[in-house]
Amino acid sequence: MGMSAYLIVRLHNLFAVVMVSGVYSLLAATFFVVVDAVDVAFTEAAVGAGISTVLMLGALSLTKGREKVPSRPAILPIIIALATGVALIYGTLDMPNYGDPDAPIHQHVAPTYLADSKPKTGIPNVVTVVLASYRGYDTLGEVTVIFTAGICVMVLLQGRRRRRKAKGDTA
Amino acid sequence: MSHHLVVRVVAKLLMPFIILFALYVQMHGDFGPGGGFQAGVIFASAFVLYALVYGMDAARKVLPDGALRIGLALGVLIYGGTGVLGLLLGGNFLDYSVLAHDPVHGQHYGIFAIEFGVGLTVASAMATIFFHFAGRGANLDEMEE
Repeated sequence: MGMSAYLIVRLHNLFAVVMVSGVYSLLAATFFVVVDAVDVAFTEAAVGAGISTVLMLGALSLTKGREKVPSRPAILPIIIALATGVALIYGTLDMPNYGDPDAPIHQHVAPTYLADSKPKTGIPNVVTVVLASYRGYDTLGEVTVIFTAGICVMVLLQGRRRRRKAKGDTA
Repeated sequence: MSHHLVVRVVAKLLMPFIILFALYVQMHGDFGPGGGFQAGVIFASAFVLYALVYGMDAARKVLPDGALRIGLALGVLIYGGTGVLGLLLGGNFLDYSVLAHDPVHGQHYGIFAIEFGVGLTVASAMATIFFHFAGRGANLDEMEE
């Protein structure tokens, strides 16, 4: 995964960058399978490796295939990125060990969900129950975001095409 | 890609299986990994494949813009409508327990309905975004270079 991330940064051929980012997503999906997050892995494989690669290719067909190479290396962004990375790694030092049953995340509402979801809904997949029932509001928000994204793309891209066509008619 | 016979035949052969798998992921989301989001993306990917192989015009004939627009809005409407139905039947917003006589069945129906709404919106949104991006580029064959 680190290798593909490095390639994404270093490569200047955007077609290759899109392909490598697809590889990165697929590796991330296998990582999620390893840590038993099957639903997340499924989403990552379908959305990250699948459809977003295709959408990137679609966007690429509208632009040039090569990245513009800056004349001098950008020092400040590198410093900011490194500082953020170090801060994040420092933050993980305080986190409980992976799979620790005493971790706060396993003490709060998770036991209730695990115990109650099957008898209350009759659905064995706890992830689905949490997503659709316990956290129904959040999912409604997510669907609205996707709806808005679809509408925005429609308005932005279709509007321009129609205007261009209208301009062509008058000319 | 119109002259690649093998690609055309294989794509046509794969379409029903991709759609069937999407429906399986949609319906089976209650019991295994999956659900509306994944199913919607897989469903849309079948039509993306069709558009890549047979061209944008053929794909637009199969999945017209109007149908996508309706699907996009209808998915959110089904989701919100399920919530409002809960309100009308005397529960809270997005409380599915009141949808049937038995709260367990109500939860089951409600989750099924909103997953269907999610799948419909995601599939329509993905297909819409792809069609608009790809439809604006000169043509897809150039990408093969």
